[in-house]
Amino acid sequence: MSSQKYIIGTFNDEEPLLEAVKEVRAAGTPIHECYTPFPVHGLDEALGYRRSRLPRAAFMFGVLGFSLALFMQAWMLGYDWPMNIGGKPALAWPDFVPVTFELTVLITALGMVGTYLVASGFLPGNEAKMPDIRCTSHVFCIAIPSNTADYDKIHALLMRHGADEVEEREIEL
Amino acid sequence: MGHHHEVAVHEEKFVVPARLRNITFGLMGIGLVAIVVGLMTDSHRFWANFLLNNWYFLGVALMGTLFLATQSVSNAGWSAGFKRIPEAMATYLPYAFAGFAIIILSVLMHWNHTYHWTHEGIADPTSPDFDEIIAEKVAYLNLPFMIGRVVVIFTLWYLFSRVMRRNSLAEDLQGGFKMLKRNKTISAIFLPVFAVSWAMACWDFIMSIDTHWYSTIFWVYHFAAAWVTAISIIALTVIYLRRAGYLSIVSEHHMHDLGKFMFAFSIFWTYIWLSQFLLIFYANIPEESIYYQERFEHFKLLFWINLVINFVVPFLLFMTRGSKRNESMMILVGVLLIIGKWIDLYIGIMPGTVGSHAHIGFVEIGMFLGFLGLFTFVFTRSLTKASLVPTKHPYIKEFVTHEVL
Repeated sequence: MSSQKYIIGTFNDEEPLLEAVKEVRAAGTPIHECYTPFPVHGLDEALGYRRSRLPRAAFMFGVLGFSLALFMQAWMLGYDWPMNIGGKPALAWPDFVPVTFELTVLITALGMVGTYLVASGFLPGNEAKMPDIRCTSHVFCIAIPSNTADYDKIHALLMRHGADEVEEREIEL
Repeated sequence: MGHHHEVAVHEEKFVVPARLRNITFGLMGIGLVAIVVGLMTDSHRFWANFLLNNWYFLGVALMGTLFLATQSVSNAGWSAGFKRIPEAMATYLPYAFAGFAIIILSVLMHWNHTYHWTHEGIADPTSPDFDEIIAEKVAYLNLPFMIGRVVVIFTLWYLFSRVMRRNSLAEDLQGGFKMLKRNKTISAIFLPVFAVSWAMACWDFIMSIDTHWYSTIFWVYHFAAAWVTAISIIALTVIYLRRAGYLSIVSEHHMHDLGKFMFAFSIFWTYIWLSQFLLIFYANIPEESIYYQERFEHFKLLFWINLVINFVVPFLLFMTRGSKRNESMMILVGVLLIIGKWIDLYIGIMPGTVGSHAHIGFVEIGMFLGFLGLFTFVFTRSLTKASLVPTKHPYIKEFVTHEVL
């Protein structure tokens, strides 16, 4: 990933940011990302994000966990080391249900967390990418790629919505 | 917030369409024919079905009150807009009580052998009918005590459901938080009362059919079944009312939540099913496993259908977000669950009453349809008695703006 030029607008509050996002999008200018200290209600919608595809990954991890658990138990208890437990058949399916359930949940949960961390670039050691460190405490930022935006127009628009500062910077986001 | 259309909250008076009324009468007619056929061919079969259907709709009606109580103590706003539906369901309670009065009368008059423990001389060591295991249980399972229990339990259920409904209707006139708070207190008392009384009703009416056998989570199992049925009926009624032009304040967000309830409690039902089955399977104590032995030997197909229809199908169909927001899908899953829970009860009751020659025929289907007709008649009639939308409910605004991401 290399650096790129962005127009960074900084706001003090979430409402002006939300309004600005709507107007920038309405003008047809692509937005790279918004950086906020807490989840802003309605921002996902305003940015036009599609729904997360994480549930699909979850389903696949669930199927994987389910199959692994069943295979493990069937192979251990039915083939590798059959034991007589209370006269039950070696492959007694009711016995397998609790372990299958637990492993399905475990693999799904771990898989989802892993997928999320990788997809969002949040793995340990990953560098935090944000235009302003204050975004973690009290400042709301919008990043608009310069190559598809008209700086003067965006500058005027953001200022009109009450931005504290608007600047163009070369930065890796 | 902020990006919602303004939805007007105004009174809606439901009028039962003539067609729906005729259908309920038609169903009741089928039920009457089935009752006559049942009584003339095999009275045991009739009594078993009478118990089954009474219990089924008793559960649905009582779960209406329980739903309101849970929503009340948790200060829920998402269900405020359609709370008239569970309220109207609970107005069926007296009809279910009447059914059980007939069942108790039939036991007293020895018209059937549904409850083995009521047999003459069962606890008398000198009698040829002496049963050692049942004799141990007679301190609890005897008719005077049982009738006393049932009278107390039914009275409590009736009073709680009536008072909660009355306060809820008063709220529509007064507004404000007074009635909401009062109902919250009443609900908090109702919940433990329900837990104990429901457990006893389950033992008395259903578990005591297989008198030798017992299960300590039997009542949880029956709660889960009745709860899923009730939520499905609420969801289907909301869909019906919306299509008939009412309850426009209910959005896909509320349907999504109802769908999650159906989905989650189908899994909960399965969890309890397995919890009961697995321990008995593991321990393999004859007096416990005979319960499943009977069902597995003579009701094998239904035994598996029960798990597929009540767990596998709703689990797979209702897993995604989109499916819970899809009306046709909800109708499909709701109808499946309503039928599935009837099958569940069928294999709970039939082995101990009708025995191995039990089968699903005209009497079974006809009587279920008859009771369904009676329930729908009472239920829809109660829906007409008050505005469908509780306009002065303190949380109605929260209800209208309710959003599920």
